[in-house]
Amino acid sequence: MADSIRLRVSRYRPDTDPEPHWQEYDVPLRKEWTVLDGLNHVKNEVDTTLSFRWSCRMGICGSCGMNVDGEPRLTCATFLSDHAPGPVTVEPLANFPVVRDLVVDLSDFMAKLPRVKPWIIHPDDHRTVEPDVEYLQTPEQLDAYKQFSMCINCMLCYAACPVYGLDPEFIGPAAIALAERYDLDSRDRGERERLDVLVEHDGVYGCTFVGECTRVCPKHVDPAAAIQRYKLKAAMETVKAFLLPRGAR
Amino acid sequence: MTRSGGATTPSRGTPTPSGGTPTGLRLYRPRVSTWWWTRKRSYLVFVMRELSSVFVAWFVVYLLFLVHAVGRGEAAYLRFLDWAASPWVTLLNVVALAFVLLHAVTWFALTPQAMAVRVAGRTVPPVHIIAGQYTGLVVVSGFVLWLVTR
Repeated sequence: MADSIRLRVSRYRPDTDPEPHWQEYDVPLRKEWTVLDGLNHVKNEVDTTLSFRWSCRMGICGSCGMNVDGEPRLTCATFLSDHAPGPVTVEPLANFPVVRDLVVDLSDFMAKLPRVKPWIIHPDDHRTVEPDVEYLQTPEQLDAYKQFSMCINCMLCYAACPVYGLDPEFIGPAAIALAERYDLDSRDRGERERLDVLVEHDGVYGCTFVGECTRVCPKHVDPAAAIQRYKLKAAMETVKAFLLPRGAR
Repeated sequence: MTRSGGATTPSRGTPTPSGGTPTGLRLYRPRVSTWWWTRKRSYLVFVMRELSSVFVAWFVVYLLFLVHAVGRGEAAYLRFLDWAASPWVTLLNVVALAFVLLHAVTWFALTPQAMAVRVAGRTVPPVHIIAGQYTGLVVVSGFVLWLVTR
């Protein structure tokens, strides 16, 4: 194994650069080093002006997502040795405005997320139930939504989604997966409220089932499945509304 | 109210004005190339799958032509057969068949994702759902074959 590998990093400094350009750095190639380790080496030893986000280094915080060799990846879970001999291109997550170097602006997602009400909606909230009363759940009820609760908001799915790239109004994979996570929760009664949001033109029907969101998800959330199931649910509601009398819906 | 994992607390900050961050910095907005779908194999397969619907529509039109010709009598039916045997129609049908097969195979493969089937409290494995669809295809094709050759 060679003892170094070249990182080809996208640089953008908003105060001086009209658009991003490439800068190359040679970093040590060690078996246990990830792309994030390489970037931290650059930041600490070579070029302190390089900007990027990271926190936990163990695939939990979801802040170190970048496009590595064109694929949205958590850089803390992407080993340099898997990209040897290099060069390894490191770009900011696709489909987002770039703030600086590898840092993207996530305010669009932050505005969209609360629209799907990703919290438990129940008429018996703390105003009517004793504070120490628990909502009990069986292991089967937990299994129904557990997969969709693993989302860490890393935004890899948005970077992989061509629909979001072409139409930034699309509410997007992670937000819909989180809506499904609460819909499937036995303690939740907010299905109707979320459906009203998601059947809008920027909701589930924007999705054309490319499936890339699921492929790049580091937590195996499967947002594509959540979106298709939502479409099915919306279609069933429409059929019910058409066939059944008002009281039976 | 109980809250549990998944979502972060929604940001309640000032909405970002277009073209800048709350700090007033100039954002760089990348543009999606017209040729984005040639960049990755999975994107290409997706676009081909979308395109396949045009060929599905063509087969519907072709079937309507056939039914129309049959309805108008033997001479019209023979004229239809001559037209259908012409090189360009044959070529079009071969291409259309390839796309319709792609359409069927890709959508069959995607079905388990779209439908979570639970029987007796257990999730049906994806491979069973896909196998069920192919079984259905074979049964229907067999019936049609029996109908036209009996």
